[in-house]
Amino acid sequence: MRDTAGTQAKPVRMERPRSQWRDVWDQFKTHKGALVGMTVLALLVAFVVIGPFVWHEEKLTTTQTYLNKNKPPSLTYPLGTDHLGRDFFLRMMEGGRVSIAVGLVAMTISIFIGTTVGMLSGFFKRLDGPLMRLTDLFLSLPLLPLLLVMVMLFRDALARIFGPELGTFVLIVIAIGVTSWMPAARIVRGEVLALKEREFVLAARSLGTPNRRLILRHVLPNVVSPVMVAATLDIASAIITESALSFLGLGFPPDFPTWGRLLFDGLSYMQQYPERVIWPGLAISLTVLAVNYIGDGLRDALDPRIRGR
Amino acid sequence: MKLRSALMGAAAFTALASAAWAERGADGHVNVLYWQAPSILNPYLSSGTKDVESASLILEGMAGFNEKGEVFARLAESVPTVENGGVSADLTQITWKLKSGLLWSDGTPVTSADAAFTYEYCKHPEGGCAQAARYEGIKSIETPDDLTVIITFDAPKPNPYQAFVGGTSPIIQKAQFQNCLGAAASTCTDQNFGPIGTGPFRVTEFKTNDTVSLEANPNYRDATKPAFATMTIKGGGDAEAAARAVMETGEFDYAWNTQINPDLQAQMIAAGKGTLLNGFGTLVERIEMNMTDPSPDLPEGERSTPKHPHPFLSDIRVRKALSMAIDRQVLVDVGYGNAGRATCNLVPAPELYASDNTDCLQQDMEGAKALLDEAGWTDSDGDGVRDKDGKKLSVLYQTSTNPVRQDFQALIKGWWNEVGVEVELKNIDASVYFGGDAGSPDTFQKFYADVEMYANNFDGTDPEPYLAQYLCDKIPGPDNQWQGENINRFCDPAYDALVKELATTADMAKRGEIAKKLNDMLTKDSYTVVALVDRGRLSAASNTLGGVVLNTWDTELWNAQDWFRVK
Repeated sequence: MRDTAGTQAKPVRMERPRSQWRDVWDQFKTHKGALVGMTVLALLVAFVVIGPFVWHEEKLTTTQTYLNKNKPPSLTYPLGTDHLGRDFFLRMMEGGRVSIAVGLVAMTISIFIGTTVGMLSGFFKRLDGPLMRLTDLFLSLPLLPLLLVMVMLFRDALARIFGPELGTFVLIVIAIGVTSWMPAARIVRGEVLALKEREFVLAARSLGTPNRRLILRHVLPNVVSPVMVAATLDIASAIITESALSFLGLGFPPDFPTWGRLLFDGLSYMQQYPERVIWPGLAISLTVLAVNYIGDGLRDALDPRIRGR
Repeated sequence: MKLRSALMGAAAFTALASAAWAERGADGHVNVLYWQAPSILNPYLSSGTKDVESASLILEGMAGFNEKGEVFARLAESVPTVENGGVSADLTQITWKLKSGLLWSDGTPVTSADAAFTYEYCKHPEGGCAQAARYEGIKSIETPDDLTVIITFDAPKPNPYQAFVGGTSPIIQKAQFQNCLGAAASTCTDQNFGPIGTGPFRVTEFKTNDTVSLEANPNYRDATKPAFATMTIKGGGDAEAAARAVMETGEFDYAWNTQINPDLQAQMIAAGKGTLLNGFGTLVERIEMNMTDPSPDLPEGERSTPKHPHPFLSDIRVRKALSMAIDRQVLVDVGYGNAGRATCNLVPAPELYASDNTDCLQQDMEGAKALLDEAGWTDSDGDGVRDKDGKKLSVLYQTSTNPVRQDFQALIKGWWNEVGVEVELKNIDASVYFGGDAGSPDTFQKFYADVEMYANNFDGTDPEPYLAQYLCDKIPGPDNQWQGENINRFCDPAYDALVKELATTADMAKRGEIAKKLNDMLTKDSYTVVALVDRGRLSAASNTLGGVVLNTWDTELWNAQDWFRVK
């Protein structure tokens, strides 16, 4: 017999269950540095993505542009013009697009590879040896000659598929990603080795949790914090590596400004026009710093032991 | 009073006297900065400018080149010519006579045997002589007496001033080097680091890749020279730091090769401690047009070979239009300032060989557009890029990585875009681009691009070998491992015939005429080579250093014996 009285009982008011991500956001909000970092990064992204559409340079011929060279900052040219008369403000926006995109994408690739390799070698004893030797192998490879070979072998092929600019982009982010995942792998492996002996992992294992869930649900969230730190550092080094590549002529076509290239171009004029080094340098530093703070905040927010305190 | 004024008078007189009759070693010490440090003082074992030039203070040849590119006698009595009988009428023999009484810095006499030994030393098949080219085509060297050297050539040599002329082929002492022949050459460290010479200075200490300490040669043939008792050549740093050391801080008296950007040049001149010396040689920055098709769709081994003519650059109107759209003076101002001048010539100097071709100096955008219209390239789909038969007028423009070249690329791309030509830029690391590796697709010889930019010059004062680079059979290709010098794949039987004529002509005026014609065939008649800037040498000298004359035909230290301290 079914008890029908229950249907007449007053519904109990229940708090809506809080989602985990909401908790994370609440915790994240309390980190002032992270909030500032996020605002700065958002502004920088808006500057480089929306900027060039809003900011229209007047159309000048090459010779007219050249006559405008080395202008100090003014209303028409907020950051002045360079030694060929090009609007430095516009070049900063265009350069930032590439630099930020390269930094983020290359970081994603390198963290993805690094975490995967580190997780597998930390978790599965049999894979540990081969994967770590592979990591050592990559660490001992000299980066620039390797990139040189990669660029020589694949540039034309990729340029034919994606066009010269996108092709270079794909090549560069992959090249940087593939050559910079090793520190992340080592960090993750170390963390995983310690974590998998912890009680909660043992408990989960004794409940019969399959490896895949064990990794994704129990181990991965706990290694997020060191990975975040590694990731933020990776963005910085990716931006710098890209500029080194462009400087060597292995990167983007020379008429394609990036912050790194602007920085290098400015070097020879550093004495007379220090701002040409300061602006791109500042932009790179701000991006890196902002990402660092966001990483810091995320780490705290994602760590269940800190959250809610 | 009387005594005092007499003393003053005497003092004044001495001062005047020392100025008028300079004395060896009277002016103390001079500091020279070579930012690429010398690593050896034997020019036969290094082709580096820094090594050849520092060695030229110690070692000398029979003759040298002055700042006008003319040959003047050093160890020789006089310069042999056909007129004075020193060169045989059939151009196969030259006779050098040494000055009598010449001594090496160790006090032993200089003889013709030393010259003959020098030839033997450099021609030794195992020696790896870096200057072997200067002794090419010599059949034999005879020394009938102690002062006479007779060189016999395989074939008539219209320009016999190769062996023993200039800083790259000095005479070395037989007694010192006789055990250093062939494979032993590079093991003779003492000899290579401290050669005994006839020049104004001799080595006292040599620290590889760092410092050369020198003192006046006591046996130098002019008893009043050099004015400086000691000299230091210091290495290290870069061009900018070197210029600063002379022009701003005054720590050094002379700095070699101070190529810096025009803004910096102006700033350093304003500091007022020194001057930037410029001299123009034959180094020309140019755009080379590819006469063959570099399309990646062609099978490897056929790209950029004469099998496939270029789809649009084989039309002279397109090449001319591209040249007309360039404002060369702007390029000079951006890239070189004092150290450059606009030119249309492949051979801009010496005067005898320089064509009066100047019609490219004026930029003509409208003319370029009209010419492209005439050639059938019009913008039919309104996207700003000209096209013809469904093919876009789009060029790939490559060069080496170098800030000035990238500025040039940006400017030239701008102008070409304005006349409706789409431009894709590419820059390649210089060590790859000029590396000559037949396996790399990015070398300038392979020329897998439509146009490319670099600079080149010729050694010495005679442009014949340089102009002979554009012969049909010098086209680089897979069959010769891409080692030819005819980068443009230019081929004109009339040109080949004229080069042959030049090789058999001895009369200087006639040679000049032919060379000018050859130059014009490559430049204003065909626009195969689009010359942009004649790049000079730029070196810095302190205001207190006198007697410096920049020479682009020989070593920069060619007249260090005449340098003095300005008081």
